[in-house]
Amino acid sequence: MSLFPHRHLLGTETLTAEDLTMLLDLGERFLEIAQRPIKKVPTLRGKTVINLFLEPSTRTRTSFEIAAKRLSADAINISGAASSTVKGETLLDTARNLDAMAPDVVVLRHAQAGAAEMLAGRISARVVNAGDGAHEHPTQALLDCSTIRAHKGRLAGLEVAICGDITHSRVARSNIFALTALGAHVRVAGPRTLLPPGLPEMVEGLGAPLGVHDRIEPAIEGADVIMMLRIQKERIGTGLFPNTREYSRYFGLNDRRLALAKPDAIVMHPGPINRGVEIEPSVADGPQAVILDQVSRGVAIRMAVLYLLAGGETGEN
Amino acid sequence: MDLCIRGGRVIDPARNLDAEGDLLIEKGVIAGFGAGLAAGVSKSTRVLDVRGSWVVPGLIDLHTHLREPGQEYKEDIATGTRAAAAGGFTAVCAMPNTLPPNDTRAVTELILRRAATVGAVRVYPVGAISKGLKGESLAEIGELREAGCVAISDDGRPVMNAELMRRALEYARTFDLPLVQHCEDLTLSDGGSMNEGPVATRAGIKAQPAAAESSMVARDIELVALTGARYHVAHVSSAESVRLVREAKRRGLPVTCEVTPHHLSLTDQACAHYDTAAKCNPPLRGAADVDALREGLRDGTIDAIATDHAPHSSVEKDVEFEQAAFGMIGLETALPLALDLVRTGLLTPAMLVTRLSAAPAGIFRLPGGRLGEGQPADVTVIDPEAAWTCDAKSFLSRSRNSPFLGRALRGRATLTIVGGKLAFSEERYRE
Amino acid sequence: MVRIPPPDSNLIERREILDQAGIARALRRMAYEMIERNADSHRPLYLVGVRTGGAFLAQRLVALMSDPKESHAGPTPLLGAVDITLYRDDVFHGLPKPEIGPTELPSGIEGQTIILVDDVLYTGRTIRAAMDVLADYGRPRSVQLAALVDRGRRELPIQPDYVGIQVQTTETESVRVMLKERGEPDRVVLRERRS
Repeated sequence: MSLFPHRHLLGTETLTAEDLTMLLDLGERFLEIAQRPIKKVPTLRGKTVINLFLEPSTRTRTSFEIAAKRLSADAINISGAASSTVKGETLLDTARNLDAMAPDVVVLRHAQAGAAEMLAGRISARVVNAGDGAHEHPTQALLDCSTIRAHKGRLAGLEVAICGDITHSRVARSNIFALTALGAHVRVAGPRTLLPPGLPEMVEGLGAPLGVHDRIEPAIEGADVIMMLRIQKERIGTGLFPNTREYSRYFGLNDRRLALAKPDAIVMHPGPINRGVEIEPSVADGPQAVILDQVSRGVAIRMAVLYLLAGGETGEN
Repeated sequence: MDLCIRGGRVIDPARNLDAEGDLLIEKGVIAGFGAGLAAGVSKSTRVLDVRGSWVVPGLIDLHTHLREPGQEYKEDIATGTRAAAAGGFTAVCAMPNTLPPNDTRAVTELILRRAATVGAVRVYPVGAISKGLKGESLAEIGELREAGCVAISDDGRPVMNAELMRRALEYARTFDLPLVQHCEDLTLSDGGSMNEGPVATRAGIKAQPAAAESSMVARDIELVALTGARYHVAHVSSAESVRLVREAKRRGLPVTCEVTPHHLSLTDQACAHYDTAAKCNPPLRGAADVDALREGLRDGTIDAIATDHAPHSSVEKDVEFEQAAFGMIGLETALPLALDLVRTGLLTPAMLVTRLSAAPAGIFRLPGGRLGEGQPADVTVIDPEAAWTCDAKSFLSRSRNSPFLGRALRGRATLTIVGGKLAFSEERYRE
Repeated sequence: MVRIPPPDSNLIERREILDQAGIARALRRMAYEMIERNADSHRPLYLVGVRTGGAFLAQRLVALMSDPKESHAGPTPLLGAVDITLYRDDVFHGLPKPEIGPTELPSGIEGQTIILVDDVLYTGRTIRAAMDVLADYGRPRSVQLAALVDRGRRELPIQPDYVGIQVQTTETESVRVMLKERGEPDRVVLRERRS
């Protein structure tokens, strides 16, 4: 195992199984720190992490902030509406101004796909993509894989169902890449209006073929893991979907559908949950749900990411 | 000054000519062609040695955005026509989506006046179909015709309303103007920045399906059948659109269309890493579409190559992909990209010259496109194998938004002659 | 000062400092010394090994100190281990393997008599980091230091209380403790960088 061979973390698409495993293994080590009396190690003392969140998010931002602080780094939060024409200052100008203050890492969340990649080419700090539009959310996929591995002991060979609005989901994309690369068999399911074209091509050369279904029952049948995605309220009532009742009736995870999966299947959700829409409260609060585990692993995974990126030069000095 | 273009390969498909010889130009018109004519010219005639080059009728671009009036920071008539001349074009058709749009004779006259003063090549204005390009009511098409417009278009935008489109076609027919439609059903494209397909899915970018273009092509063809007016599809980009145009021609309908050099050479892969220089409308599509476009160009379904030269500054392009403006410059890279199609055997040199000169002239009924005696001396000399690298410093356009920056290209215009005057010449021909 | 350990292939063995019997003798003597020096303490000792070599040695010492066959055996000492990777002052200087192991300090260190155990004591920076780890877990009564090999060339004011063997080394040399717990025969060897 060598130091992480990437300068930034923009997505899981280009991470190898080795990269992913290194991150997961490190995440396990950092989980421990949350159990200590003093939940802090001095490793990133003197390093600066800027959380540039141009799309609203409390939980992910808090998770990154806690991760940075537990490593003794200085964490600074900057929120705002998406840049450019609204404020007058472009994303690049905002980033360059921050870069001039020499942060070590910029964690960026943005409403538009490609924003993190754009930044990574133009500033000298390391960039962590905390979600760029519908494109990728790599730390979410990592903490999801970490949670699955902890409960199932492995990822290879598992049947994983990802259900919901695939078209607009960066969580789905990042998980499809990561899980497939680590040997899982992924199936996606959702109403046809929320399934984009070209899904099977996403995993070409990565691993097991991707199953695509326009009803969730075939995806859930025999699954080891069920990952439910959040349906955004704004999409309901448009041409994409009639209403929440129809959605929960035909595409929601309830006890009856859950019974189609393996008896020891785990239920996951990136949060925040729409109770009664994509997931019934009885399932969300039930024994098979591991949603809170995901959150606690989120901090540990983000610590692992910051540790590897803020840790100076990759490879030999 | 009189000119003698000596020793080139003269390709004039309109007159079935492809032979080596000397071309004479006197008082701004073609005076004659033949082998060895150079020997007999007077001392005041300037002889230009073009051995190894092609000599063709001046290239005509049916689709250029000169940005003047209103957006001169991106391009203006002076810089745009200089870029055209450097690209080998002797004439450009200027699209009306300026500020203010070209929907009145006043703007048409302004454009023509500016072109007469600072234009390096001929400028033919294209007038608006609807007032303000809003797609609600007809512009003063008769007056636009009289003022000098050679076609009408709302380019940049489609005419969404079928009833208005029908009336525009009928009305344009009276004034014998071709109607150029930017085919895009806005409800289907819905703001998508890329072609709907695996590349956009992977990139997480909101995309538009090819059907947004072809559904409107299909609708418009029915309206052409209804009205009998001349109709031209701008920048065709999808296999389905090509099929529909092929079928329309088979039905004998007056439908023509054009394709851009970038749609012939790039796929949506060029956008995979959010390169805004590759963001255009219609978007770059998949390999199957590119193949269909090439085949359409070869079999004549696609009549012409037109650049859709769309200059934008860094303010519009150096931003997030979904926010960036659509379009790329193309006047100075069109020729090498088009010549690639000859090199791969898709087109013969004569076919290429037709698509870039005689056919555009025919569609808009413009002078030019042939090198017959007495014709205006609009001539392009091309070195088809000249190797050069596309770099920002070499562009004459005011803008730099091209996905071909840094690429090694082959072929360029070495001389561009408009009305017998040198609009552009390479270093070695400058006095 | 940054010290990057040379990759193994660059090192050649010069001589053997201790063989298996030598290591066993040294550890037994150190165990006796620990019991002797802390005889007045009513509480059991708390041996904390510094991963990874020190942790295995701490385990062996605890076994020796509580072996009923040994005449001076006393109450079984407590056993813990610390991983100092996250506390190093040179973690970012291109070390090839920043593997982080778990820090396990069962039954709290508050008020305990801790003996840190490491395989090789060199600059002292590892022990400084180990003491920082302990400080984040509580306040021991006292901390003593045991090292199987003291190779000198200290860069910090840190001295061992118990030493297996002392050797003088140069900057280009390195001392390697091989242990059967790590799949190698018990030996301590002196190596030098290939010139």
